[in-house]
Amino acid sequence: MSGIPDALNAIPVLGIVFQLVGYLLANLDSISNTTVAIAVPITLAALCGVLCERSGVVNIGLEGIMLTAAFVGWFAAAAAAGAIGTGTPSPFFGATLPLIIGVAAAVVAGMLVSLLHAWLSISLRVDQIISGTIINIGAAGITGYMYSLISAQSLVGAGQFEKYVVPQGVVDLPIVGWLINAVLSQGPVGLLTIAIVIFLQVMLFRSRWGLRTRASGEHPRAAETVGIDVIWLRYRNVVASGALAALGGVWLSMEQTGNFNAGMTQGRGFIGLAAMIVGRWTPLGAFGAALLFASVGGFSQSLTISHPTGNLGDLINLVPGEFWEALPYIITIVVLAGFIGRSIAPAADGVPYERESAS
Amino acid sequence: MTGELASVPALEMRGITKRYPGVVANDHIDLDVRRGEIHALLGENGAGKTTLMNILYGLARPNEGEILLDGKTVQIADPSDAISRGISMVHQHFMLVPVLSVAENVVLGAETMARGPFLDRREASKRIAALAAQFGFELDPDARVGSLSVGQQQRVEILKALYRDAQILVLDEPTAVLTPQETDEIFVLLRRLADDGRSIIFISHKLYEVLAIADRITVIRRGRVIGDRKPGETTEAELAELMVGREVELTVDRGASHVGGPMLHVEGLRVTDERKHEIVPGVSLDIRAGEILGIAGVAGNGQDELIEALIGLRKPSGGKVSLDGRDITGCSPRDMNRAGVGYVPGDRHRFGLILSFPVYDNLILTSYYREPYSHGPLRDGAAVAESADAQVARFDIRVPSSNVATSTLSGGNQQKVIVAREFERPLKLLILDQPTRGLDVGSIEFIHKQIIAKRDAGTAVLLVSAELDEVMEISDRIAVIYRGRIVAELDGRTADKSAVGLLMATGGEANPAEEATA
Repeated sequence: MSGIPDALNAIPVLGIVFQLVGYLLANLDSISNTTVAIAVPITLAALCGVLCERSGVVNIGLEGIMLTAAFVGWFAAAAAAGAIGTGTPSPFFGATLPLIIGVAAAVVAGMLVSLLHAWLSISLRVDQIISGTIINIGAAGITGYMYSLISAQSLVGAGQFEKYVVPQGVVDLPIVGWLINAVLSQGPVGLLTIAIVIFLQVMLFRSRWGLRTRASGEHPRAAETVGIDVIWLRYRNVVASGALAALGGVWLSMEQTGNFNAGMTQGRGFIGLAAMIVGRWTPLGAFGAALLFASVGGFSQSLTISHPTGNLGDLINLVPGEFWEALPYIITIVVLAGFIGRSIAPAADGVPYERESAS
Repeated sequence: MTGELASVPALEMRGITKRYPGVVANDHIDLDVRRGEIHALLGENGAGKTTLMNILYGLARPNEGEILLDGKTVQIADPSDAISRGISMVHQHFMLVPVLSVAENVVLGAETMARGPFLDRREASKRIAALAAQFGFELDPDARVGSLSVGQQQRVEILKALYRDAQILVLDEPTAVLTPQETDEIFVLLRRLADDGRSIIFISHKLYEVLAIADRITVIRRGRVIGDRKPGETTEAELAELMVGREVELTVDRGASHVGGPMLHVEGLRVTDERKHEIVPGVSLDIRAGEILGIAGVAGNGQDELIEALIGLRKPSGGKVSLDGRDITGCSPRDMNRAGVGYVPGDRHRFGLILSFPVYDNLILTSYYREPYSHGPLRDGAAVAESADAQVARFDIRVPSSNVATSTLSGGNQQKVIVAREFERPLKLLILDQPTRGLDVGSIEFIHKQIIAKRDAGTAVLLVSAELDEVMEISDRIAVIYRGRIVAELDGRTADKSAVGLLMATGGEANPAEEATA
């Protein structure tokens, strides 16, 4: 009994807490900026999931859709740049024609992969987990292989989108300046994501489409008996959602970086799935959950960029660096475990809909 | 009633024929429904009522025949087409989304829009409240449908139809899930709707209800119209005979019970559900050999939990159960089975049968591991088949052969499979949960006779049913369950139906005066 409290006394707990607060305040700008940035692809994946699952289709292929779009977008942009030249970056986020072609190609690719999932799970009524797994494995294998073929030719990418630079006057505003800076100093996909979150939140709960989507995900037969075409609605939602996950891919290979790497999604699709669940299948909730998960990532990245000193630094050094890299995933698992069972999925989620047989 | 003045029927179906491979579901059916009329469609399960209504609602296309609305021939392509022509259907299993609000459920598919893609929720709520008030009931448009009682949910279904300005309203067995009081209320509402000039098609196989509410009754058997009657000019016996095609005993002759010694003794049984709520706070009951105890109660008052605890599917949190003097508290289902307990579960699809299995396997689900069906780990297919054929013959299960999948059987025959399995051996105790739910008069008659036979063989029978008539008809004693407690025990032969109904709905405490007079 007495050994442990004594050992604890040896550590200046209060001091470390103050040091931690001080460290967080000192690095607030960089941590909050990385947090918002890391949250972007997770949010987009989660929104893709919300759109699918609210209409009754489970989609664990988010990862695969993102990865496919990241590859196709990057490759199309690079190929276009090779054919027509990169051109001069426009003042609009440094967009060039090849980059725009890349985005378009990525979105189309994401929607096509989603269409595959829709066809497998809605029309063929394949188990939706299997269908999603096929997409994930297929995307990882195919993009990895293609990339290894292409990288042998040392293809140069078409660059990346630039971030919006928040005017210094705004950044220097007391109290809110850092927040505005964190939210707004992003590329086009990041800014668009915030708009999409708000748009979808309103649409899902206030519009006719939203009501019909929710009804189809809860009780498709009830929807069908009042004249709603559940199959067509699910197709539309799943295919449209592919564009959202594809934007997540665009962010990875054309906004955050200008390169593609094999497996560069690094489980963001699955974290997106977790964010969707923790956010109770609402766009705003998913965004909040994504920010929560991302803040852990922001913190651990900050540790590698500017390592804290003093007792806090010593304490952090006790744990191997890999632990801090794994921390976002660990937190995701812990939070998700706490939410599973309490966060209730749409009732018909993952259940293929069969039209009333003509009996 | 204005409707009787109009010469053209609101709906006329002429010579409707619908063939499926191997069956003629509807064979030249003629039906006409006038404005302001409540028209009952009476028939056994599988008689073709549902097919006919599916044709009317655009869910199926007839091979022959035509549909006329207000004298004009129409083609109904799909449900939304039917809705736009003023035809609405209240399904037996409500087509409501539990997590959505009343208003959202009502407007779904016929949304009242504000600007652009947005719903006008205020306007919708206003119209819903006005409609409800017009027909004399109240509903909070913002309440979640899942939190409403079954009777209220049915009103939401009817509101859905009224919101779409339905002139022809089809109700598929609307009273199957209601208490007697709720049934009376819905009848008042239906009469108001008819007086408002709407036409009501009321599908049922309950004779007394049809006689109580309908202006006209069309009886269908095996896809044909057998007769057209007015309630004043017919009797339950005649309707039953038209429906089944032979004379039917509507109430089984339960005969005299020869009650023996105590068999089941339950003392202070307490049961909690998954969320640790105490659903059954203490039930004590006794059943003697050769006696039927009926438990009457509105669904969800602890019946399921009580039965699951008795049969060993759920561990009781307290109390004692003994069978024939032996303590069986907390035994497993198999122990109970071996101790001589038979069980007919309430939901035959979820708990009674493995639908994809052939009939012969379902017949031995509780005894497959024993001789003669198994020798050690090996199954004796010949013995299984032989016993199955004997059971099929004895219990009159209508199947082409005992190796067809159980899912292909009608509801009545599926229930007979369970009854055959459970009734085939000598039993000390028989637990029946809604043994005739959804069955037609012919099958109900058969199963009731089997239950009486089992009672006469000295089995103690526990019958739980939401169907009050069933409890009243065959029980020797009736116990009323309310919020997990037995609030009253009455003699099965002298109990008054409305008194029992009141006890079911209120538990008796709220109306001590009425209980005293009852």
